[in-house]
Amino acid sequence: MLAALVSRLGQMVLVMFGISVVAFLIFFATPGADPSARIAGRNASQETLAQVRHDFGLDRPLPVQYALMMERLFISRDLTSFVNRGQRVVPTVLEAIPITLSLVLGAAVLWVLGGLIVGVVAGATRGTWLDRTLMILSLIGVSIPVFWLGEVANLVTQSRWHDTWLFSWVPPLGYIAFTEDPWGWFKALVIPWFTLATLYIGLYGRVLRASIIETMQEDFIRTARAKGIGERRVLLHHGLRTSLVAFVTMFGLDFGALVGGGALLTEVVFGLQGVGKLTYGALQTLDLPMILATVIYASFFVVMANFIVDVAFVFIDPRVRDAH
Amino acid sequence: MPTDAPLLVVENLCVSFRTEGGVVPAVSGVSFSVEQREIVGVVGESGSGKSQTLLAILGLINSPNAVVTGSVRFLGKELLGLKRRALDAIRGRQIAMIFQDPMTALTPVHTIGDQIVEQIRAHESVSRSAARKRSVELLDAVGLPSPESAVDRYPHQLSGGMRQRAVIAMALSCNPALLIADEPTTALDVTVQAQILELIGRLRDAFGSAVILVTHDLGVVAEVADRVLVMYAGRVVEEGGKGQLLREPLHPYAWGLFGSIPPMHGPRPARLTAIPGSPPKLSQMPHGCAFGPRCTFRHEACAAQPSLGGTGGHRSACFLPQDSRQDLRRTLAGRVEA
Repeated sequence: MLAALVSRLGQMVLVMFGISVVAFLIFFATPGADPSARIAGRNASQETLAQVRHDFGLDRPLPVQYALMMERLFISRDLTSFVNRGQRVVPTVLEAIPITLSLVLGAAVLWVLGGLIVGVVAGATRGTWLDRTLMILSLIGVSIPVFWLGEVANLVTQSRWHDTWLFSWVPPLGYIAFTEDPWGWFKALVIPWFTLATLYIGLYGRVLRASIIETMQEDFIRTARAKGIGERRVLLHHGLRTSLVAFVTMFGLDFGALVGGGALLTEVVFGLQGVGKLTYGALQTLDLPMILATVIYASFFVVMANFIVDVAFVFIDPRVRDAH
Repeated sequence: MPTDAPLLVVENLCVSFRTEGGVVPAVSGVSFSVEQREIVGVVGESGSGKSQTLLAILGLINSPNAVVTGSVRFLGKELLGLKRRALDAIRGRQIAMIFQDPMTALTPVHTIGDQIVEQIRAHESVSRSAARKRSVELLDAVGLPSPESAVDRYPHQLSGGMRQRAVIAMALSCNPALLIADEPTTALDVTVQAQILELIGRLRDAFGSAVILVTHDLGVVAEVADRVLVMYAGRVVEEGGKGQLLREPLHPYAWGLFGSIPPMHGPRPARLTAIPGSPPKLSQMPHGCAFGPRCTFRHEACAAQPSLGGTGGHRSACFLPQDSRQDLRRTLAGRVEA
């Protein structure tokens, strides 16, 4: 077990190394992506460009550049932005992490609960009006663009109905740290949570429904019914329990991607200075150190989430346990 | 309740499925009864309606397109149309079922023990530890090696034979009055088959359960059954005590079935009897006797549907004259010899 864990961690490090190399090459070595031209500004003379290249170490061989960058990113942690001179990259990312985590964690709780309820209810009432209604609602949820939904939510809660009893509690856009004011943190995030979770509730509900319907055709469900244990127990203890595999796989990937910056649109709409928004800003200005930092951070979460899913499988599916 | 009343009486049971091509009958007018402590073998080819008959008894046909009519009375109580809650009180408690494929019959994510405990606790108010203790005893009784550790195993960690034993242990956990076994040995090795059959026979003696044993293996029937039903195309075509039915089968379909078994004694036949053709499609059932198109002795009367008739406990659904049947049967066998 320990050996499996260690080898798995080793794989994670390798994957992240690969990702960092690829990201580095994309921004530093692809034709036309000359960072020194960016830094020096428009119409810079050849002398200035050469000066910039030398100052930023861009005239050295690529492997050296990569190694230097990683050294400044991970060891001395004093890598600074190319765009906002003096802005340290690592602390900036670290500041953005709690915001993104707060947003995604809350939404994840909502979408797991919502997805479970929608999937189980629709799967159990297959073919009825309840099933159809839930599936149509899910389809709508999946189809609504998150930025539109967020803007509508803002329009209603921040502007049109903000002065009514219904939404007067909604604080202005932005993030309130949990450590400062837990209740304010909750109020500031509850609408973003629902906005971000809508898509996933629909998606997970539909996937779980399909998975439950498939499982309920299995022989062991017939065995369970023949035991006389009641349909609810058959559905939850045998049907749902066996159907969770697809659900957990999806959750791991989506959660990792969102924490890694995939919640960008929600962050922008609700004025949350999270990692997604940081990445977005860095990409717009081609702020290479920042991009590298956020890409590596994101890859860390995706790889981490995969790892956690694998561990979760050990608990969910005993067949996986023995495969190791 | 008089003790000599039959345990289970099935009357005119029909199961049909609505499909795009119209209503397809899977079981048409099946009637039989099972006495206390009796082992009834049900034989027939795949698609002859054996499994559907058994599933219908426990209300386990789950398709929304299935139509089940007729009557199934268990200890005088009508089971068809019973509410789920009332049915659940009988399922697993009084009538238990063993399914065909042990590889897929157990929920993969729960241990054997948990699945047995679940059934015990659904029907009896016993503590978890007491139910677990009984699971171990049951697993021991069905001959699972080292039951104390097997109880905590997951289905995939056991072999097919061991899984089937676990399924049987689960079925027996509440001492059911009737055990329905749907081809319990089909998916198993021959040696394991013999062990499982012996087990089912022994359990009848130990637990006093009646057994309905569905199979397409005539050897299995010869081994353990008291009485035999032969099914063809959704109907019972012959019914009788095992000895009588195996010695002097009355229905031409049964002649074909038994003729296809290599004889253990006497000269070795050059060819075994085969039944020409293949079973009718359920959606294109022939008029009259369903076996007619494949029957060597077909005559005008066969255009009508024969009903089950005969003397004593040995009955068959065939229009051939009773007294000439054994001669006709010998002709069939002789034709192959020649």
